[in-house]
Amino acid sequence: MDVLQLVVSGLANGCVYGLIALGFVLIYKATEAVNFAQGDFMMLGAFIALGLTNQEFLGWPFWLSVPIAIVVMGAFGYLLDLFVLRRMFGQSQIAIVILTIALGFVLRFFAGLIWGHEPISLESPIAGKDVRFGGLVLGLDEVMIIAVTLILTVALYFYFNRTKLGVAMQAASQNQLAAYYMGIPVMRVHSLIWALAGAVAAIAGILFASKGSIDPSIGLLGIKAFAAAVIGGFGSLPGALLGGLIVGLIEPFSSYYIAAGYSQIMPYLLLFLILIFRPHGILAQVHRKKV
Amino acid sequence: MRIVFKTSYDADINYFRHGVQAAWYLLLAALAILLPLFFDTFWLGEMTNLLIWAIAGMGLMILVGQTGQASLGHAAFLAVGCYANVLLQERLGLPFILSFPLAGVIAGLAGVLIAIPTTKLHGIYLAIGTLAISILTDDLIVIAEPLTNGVVGLFAPTISIFGLEIDRYGNPERFYWLVLIVTILVVLAYRNLLRSPLGRSFAAVRDSEVSAQAMGVNIARTKAVSFGISTAITGLAGALMGHFAGIFNNETFNIIISIQLLMMIVIGGLGSIHGAFFGAVVVALMPQAIAMGRDFVAGLIGSGSIAIPGLEAAIFGAILIGFILFEPMGIYGRWVKIRTYFELFPFYRRDMFRRQKSYLKTERMR
Repeated sequence: MDVLQLVVSGLANGCVYGLIALGFVLIYKATEAVNFAQGDFMMLGAFIALGLTNQEFLGWPFWLSVPIAIVVMGAFGYLLDLFVLRRMFGQSQIAIVILTIALGFVLRFFAGLIWGHEPISLESPIAGKDVRFGGLVLGLDEVMIIAVTLILTVALYFYFNRTKLGVAMQAASQNQLAAYYMGIPVMRVHSLIWALAGAVAAIAGILFASKGSIDPSIGLLGIKAFAAAVIGGFGSLPGALLGGLIVGLIEPFSSYYIAAGYSQIMPYLLLFLILIFRPHGILAQVHRKKV
Repeated sequence: MRIVFKTSYDADINYFRHGVQAAWYLLLAALAILLPLFFDTFWLGEMTNLLIWAIAGMGLMILVGQTGQASLGHAAFLAVGCYANVLLQERLGLPFILSFPLAGVIAGLAGVLIAIPTTKLHGIYLAIGTLAISILTDDLIVIAEPLTNGVVGLFAPTISIFGLEIDRYGNPERFYWLVLIVTILVVLAYRNLLRSPLGRSFAAVRDSEVSAQAMGVNIARTKAVSFGISTAITGLAGALMGHFAGIFNNETFNIIISIQLLMMIVIGGLGSIHGAFFGAVVVALMPQAIAMGRDFVAGLIGSGSIAIPGLEAAIFGAILIGFILFEPMGIYGRWVKIRTYFELFPFYRRDMFRRQKSYLKTERMR
């Protein structure tokens, strides 16, 4: 029974990593840029929902503030691309990496200024309730996280492969110039994908904040999500979820079976093993580039 | 406008383009050597800190500015250099004159080992791999407690070179001169590297991997060598940083330092030695500037001292965003533009430094 409990809590954690990783992968898939502020997007989304819901702030009903937070983060992503990242069009990827890291610092500062640096948890109706499956007692929040993540991953996977806009996004990433000649509004597609990543980050943040507590530096969780994305295969949506689950599972098990101090280094050790033996991740997307 | 008439092939790779330039740099060197005469102990310490950051910045610049690969984990190599230097002195009893270069060599080897698995991949993987290294180092220092003394940390001993005692607090001017000598040596090594075939293959890899490969440059090897040289210099800076801080533990070289280092060279200007120094000025002097600004504001409002956590990082981030958006070439790039404007007056045109945009193509085929 202990093992099952570990599996479920590991899966729930892994789903949060997977959701953040999903945000990276979305942006990477469509714009070939890497958003290092994705963890901070998640933090911001969680804090917006928290600021609307919690009694000490606005005290709105939970089911009203969740969609508002998602929409606000979507708009934030869109406007960020419109006003900041669009100027970076045609510059190197490294410049965008550095820009988003700097953005993360700024977001963290403003979140700390508005909501303080103490850990707060979201007053959500799904926190602290139990669901029974036979003899197994699971937290409702953990079950919700797993369910929402699965639904979201499947939906995004089909969105990318089946809808017109999804295919346009893939085309825009594969060759910007050629996509533009084919009549794809590359700039607008980029803005839309940033909006989508913002919304996904908000969902991840809300789920994370109702499971535990958040503070402005929680965005550093994004680094673990990076490991997840690389393990799963950068650029693959199911890969992001798979990597997230692996990272989520490996942590409780290594602290249970090896020693507590080793649990946090295991994901990164795994990342290195993957980089050495299967460099493009488990669900690889890359083939050798021909000159 | 100065016309340089080249009469030999060496003119292209000489240290200085013409005599006046050489005179300016010699004047700067003389000023740097005589600095302890004008500055008190506090500001001398700040200048020493600036030079150490500049060395670390040059280390990272070889990787980012010359070879075009980003590393988000160079604080790990600062830590390797720092711990290697102190442990070699304390455990093996080596003198500083041996332990210091060995620390650089160890950091360089560590860098090559880490670079090998990622250099065959796209540059973003190196960034992520090094990010993981930076976090791992923090935990590994705690786990390897018998060697590193864990969270308690280590003390850096007083440096002794052939009987000459050098201590950061006891005689700061000697420590400053030591750091200055290392800085000048690193600058010379950097300049020589740039005019060697290796340095040109770095530039080739940075500008176009496909073309570099077509010209016979082994890309993976070049990237690994560049990473090794870069981490070796960073290790030297780390060793000096350990002596400067006096006491250090796993928190001294955390991920924030890595990111600050990368941001520093971007603000300074990628691809030039000047950029490392300009960036170091910003990083080393900004805490003082913010403290002064805060005292000034507190004096205006009439309240006591105000402390806002994270303000420094946020201001740094905001400056960086401004630079990337409006002046991607950094402080040095702006200086070159201003200089060119006056040199060519009145023939300077707005688009003289416009960079060609490159449109992305993915490496993913599915």
